[in-house]
Amino acid sequence: MTLGMIVAVAAVVLLVLGVVFGLILGFAAKVFAVEKDPREEAIAGCLPGANCGGCGFPGCSGYAAAVAAGKAATNCCAAGGETVAAKIAEIMGVKAEASVKMAAQVQCTGGCRGHEQYEYVGIQDCAAAARVPGGGPAGCSFGCLGFGTCESVCPFDAIHVVDGVAKVDVEKCKACKKCIDVCPRHIIVLAPYKTKRHVAITCSSKDKGADVRKVCDNGCIGCGLCAKACPKEAITVDKNLAVIDYDKCVGCGLCAQKCPRKLITVDGKVPEIKPAAPKASGAEQK
Amino acid sequence: MDITKLLSIALGAILVNNFILSQFLGICPFMGVSKKMDTALGMGMAVIFVMGLASAVCWPINEFILVNPKLFPGEFNLGFMQTIVYILVIACLVQFVEMFLQKAMPALYSALGIYLPLITTNCAVLGVVLLNTQNHYNFIESVVYGVTGGIGFLLAIVLFASVRERLEFSECPKAFEGFPIALVTAGLIALAFMGFTGLKIW
Repeated sequence: MTLGMIVAVAAVVLLVLGVVFGLILGFAAKVFAVEKDPREEAIAGCLPGANCGGCGFPGCSGYAAAVAAGKAATNCCAAGGETVAAKIAEIMGVKAEASVKMAAQVQCTGGCRGHEQYEYVGIQDCAAAARVPGGGPAGCSFGCLGFGTCESVCPFDAIHVVDGVAKVDVEKCKACKKCIDVCPRHIIVLAPYKTKRHVAITCSSKDKGADVRKVCDNGCIGCGLCAKACPKEAITVDKNLAVIDYDKCVGCGLCAQKCPRKLITVDGKVPEIKPAAPKASGAEQK
Repeated sequence: MDITKLLSIALGAILVNNFILSQFLGICPFMGVSKKMDTALGMGMAVIFVMGLASAVCWPINEFILVNPKLFPGEFNLGFMQTIVYILVIACLVQFVEMFLQKAMPALYSALGIYLPLITTNCAVLGVVLLNTQNHYNFIESVVYGVTGGIGFLLAIVLFASVRERLEFSECPKAFEGFPIALVTAGLIALAFMGFTGLKIW
């Protein structure tokens, strides 16, 4: 048998096999075709694709499938925000539900720095430090430990430890909740971030006022002056800790002026305290 | 049918001539998807499935087409085409199985997930069919060798994944952190499997 014939026979056999397999696969694709919602692919296309899990579904494709099946709202994508919500709503043919930008908020000012219980030289990690007797070096048992475990899990580079306390960059924060899950002190919460005037009470301490004074420079003592100052009754004091209800807060900042601990911030700053500020000017003051 | 031969084939494929640890086939998925126990299990299951099927499909193709004495009566046959034909068969088979599972068993399909298409490029699967031919196994023996080879893969990858999960939390020199220490570990496990050399049923 000549070389030419060998090549020819081999080529023919391979060609026949290839054609047969091709036909089988083509046939199988028809027979076993699974009907997929074309909207699902379109939705997956306009999602950010970061697979952060902030929507509560396993990755972007999981969320796309849930929306297409009508099991999820169109505005769950925290990372994409309103633009993505609008696109998804357009694909699904419904009106976009307004989505409020949520951002992580660290409920601690780091006022307990300088009140450390002891010097900690162990693994520089919050989870490890929190297991040490006394719950870590921080004087306040509710305070940020400041080893930056939240910083290391953040996929968006949005949380950093500054001066020993974690700070969130709200512009970068996509509300994926990874830092919230990892914080051993449970002091990071998700708060609706109001771009106009954001009032925040960043303390988690439920200790009595006298105890808070001992371990923190500006922790909440539960005096309730802010609750009294609030015209909308948005602040309540529960277990020695003032909490804002963001559904009611209008961002006037009157509470911040009354706070004797200078704890309450408006847009991240403590406003100057003006005695007897009239209500009207309180809304304009920045 | 000689049960003893089947048993010794199985023993050989799982322990003595383990595909990963003594034949060094399929190292890529072995290193790639062994970081977590459940992904390793998923990969192992998918490999068992595909290896068994590939053995079952490649045997008749080899026997009835490539080296069939009726088609090729003389000295000449298409034995030299085995490698390329097997690759074709495996790629096609995996595609077919994927489509079939998606329709018929969506639960199994989502459990195997991404590992099914990954196996197309797993050289252990090609290795098992080539070894079937090399060892002149009949159909039953081929399938047994394929399935038990897969079980051997599962055993190795699960053992390795459990070691790697612990490795995450242990201290090791900076230069060895991550992949290098995993390679060293794989070598040590392979050394341990050398202990099975010479093991026989009777």
